[in-house]
Amino acid sequence: MSRLATRFTKLNGDHRKALVAYIVAGDPMPGTTVDLMHGIVEAGVDVIELGVPFTDPEAEGPVIQAAHERALRHSISLGDTLEMVREFRERDATTPVVLMGYLNPVERMGYQSFAEAAGNVGVDGLITVNLPPEEAGALTVTLDDHGVDPIYLLAPTTTELRAAKICAASRGFVYYVSLKGTTGAGGLDVDEVRSRVELLKAHTELPLMVGFGIKDGATAAPIAAVADGVVVGSAIVELMRIHEQDPVALKSAVMDCLAEIRLALNASVA
Amino acid sequence: MRAYLSEWGFENDDGVGSLYTEMESWAQQQEKFMVSKLIGTNETLGAFPDQSGHFGTYGGRFVSETLMAALDELSAAYDLLQMDPAFLAELASDLEHYVGRASPLYLAERLTAESGGAQIWLKREDLNHTGAHKINNCIGQALLARHMGKPRIIAETGAGQHGVASATVAARCGRDRTVYMRGEDIERQSVAVHRGKLLGAEVVPVNSGSRTLKDALNEAMRDWVTNVDDTHYIIGTVAGPHPYPMIVRDLQSVIGREARAQFAERQGGLPDVVTACVGGGSNAMGIFHPFLEDASVRLIGVEAAGDGLQTGRHAAPLNDGIVGVLHGNRTYLMQDNAGRIAETHSVSAGLDYPGVGPEHAWLKDIARAEYVAVTDAEALEAFRQLNLLEGILPALESSHALAYASSLAREMRTDQHIIVNLSGRGDKDIPTMAKIDGISIS
Repeated sequence: MSRLATRFTKLNGDHRKALVAYIVAGDPMPGTTVDLMHGIVEAGVDVIELGVPFTDPEAEGPVIQAAHERALRHSISLGDTLEMVREFRERDATTPVVLMGYLNPVERMGYQSFAEAAGNVGVDGLITVNLPPEEAGALTVTLDDHGVDPIYLLAPTTTELRAAKICAASRGFVYYVSLKGTTGAGGLDVDEVRSRVELLKAHTELPLMVGFGIKDGATAAPIAAVADGVVVGSAIVELMRIHEQDPVALKSAVMDCLAEIRLALNASVA
Repeated sequence: MRAYLSEWGFENDDGVGSLYTEMESWAQQQEKFMVSKLIGTNETLGAFPDQSGHFGTYGGRFVSETLMAALDELSAAYDLLQMDPAFLAELASDLEHYVGRASPLYLAERLTAESGGAQIWLKREDLNHTGAHKINNCIGQALLARHMGKPRIIAETGAGQHGVASATVAARCGRDRTVYMRGEDIERQSVAVHRGKLLGAEVVPVNSGSRTLKDALNEAMRDWVTNVDDTHYIIGTVAGPHPYPMIVRDLQSVIGREARAQFAERQGGLPDVVTACVGGGSNAMGIFHPFLEDASVRLIGVEAAGDGLQTGRHAAPLNDGIVGVLHGNRTYLMQDNAGRIAETHSVSAGLDYPGVGPEHAWLKDIARAEYVAVTDAEALEAFRQLNLLEGILPALESSHALAYASSLAREMRTDQHIIVNLSGRGDKDIPTMAKIDGISIS
């Protein structure tokens, strides 16, 4: 069983909601990422989404755009990101790590080389923001050969027919984008998310994560009540900007933020 | 793999398998084209893209999931409207009475004499309303937006011409309008910025990323993803996700249809060469497309070589790029070894873009069109020359095509003919030229 499947089976057995955290590899500095990954696991995160820096992150809001730019100032590449996962795996063999990014760096590396390297270093899944399943045939087959799950996004604008197909193409988990907008946008509508998630649940057995617009315990808890877990990104990435120069303060701020959300998630189930 | 694809339920439906079947048909297509070149006919080149928006392996639809529904909606609206006689009549009427078409095909006799070779004809898109070919596309897309009931229009702009053209048609159709313009361009094209404001558009400077045209596209995509219900995004070039490369090409093809008929009437037969500058490639695609099946006509796209192809400081992905995915489509890109998009350089803001329309990438690979590059210095020289010899102020973008045409004409016979797409006028470039000449005109 894959790390993702193992983790979600255990969460299900423990009646625990999943907390997924997103950071960008190399943000704010290359040396901080692996240590931060261990820290966020310690704070109660179940799955790590590691962003691959890209020059043109067209689906991101200003906070995560800035994170990509900070990482690119240190010239962090997809290859560097894979190295960070390898280093993380030296001390953590069980926490699933999913890469999230844009297609071009993967194309440039080559599907075969990427899938092989990702499988080797212990990457468990890949979210490619600008790759709908229609265009993903060759990549998906290659990922499958190396035990890396393709994870697709569903949006508020996705039709039900399309959602059924995307769910069928997904492995690991399904990611529902909770609002029309870029990452970090506000205006999360819990009732809307609830009705969409219920609809989507009819199409898949996979765990359903909800992301975009979740920034603290108060926004996470009502969403977790209807989904299998939540994704937190911009809220912790913003801390990278605030504590860019101070890795110690940064790590503790990120852990505090996530611990608060973890508590709220636990309370929502109890 | 077939079993895997069927298991997804995509195959033969939304077509995950289509990349493969289309790669096969692309190979067949290429073979067919080679045969057709030998026997002098070609019936199918104009029929692309395929159903899923691919030109061979190029094009496609690489966007975030939120936009997929809007692209489907746009495809459906366009499928319907492009066969609708009322829509076509309205478009034709707007092009005639509002844009001022047909634009003249002008034989530049003094430029021809100076070059001492082939006769150089200029397709005068600079004489259109708003001063460039961009309006041809905007007029059609504004009608599309109205048909889809979208009250708001957004656009990105590099040289300012597409921003002005979009704001113009939005004003005329009573749509709200926002234009994303790269920070660097706001200094370089300040007249265009104010013109956009006079037209009632909100002009938003883009200071993210490298502050270039590509970043303006990123910002426009972010706006669209946020306001997708009520907003139509008028992409200004033949790039972006399907169906944009097809729609923009179809709307710009009026340039080539006119040029072909005008040349036949004035001179008889077909020109030997048709040439145009290529940034994203909309004016080139517009003039090339009606000639695609005329195998005797050389189609030559001219990219911006900036400081020179060898320096790396240029914007010529077809000459010195690598295939990748950006802004919704697969095409040639300026990028580094890690797949990060490279910063580009050109004296002309409208060509300063790291990608190029996917149909150009395909035409290059099947060798139906040729792509060359012209430096800043050569374009500036052509800009000055056309002013002095013909009394025409060309855009710096179009000056790249002019520069290439002049040098090519020298190698051709005097009974041969080159049509240059003079895609825009150069009023917007006067501040840039003054700065180069060390003159303050503030």
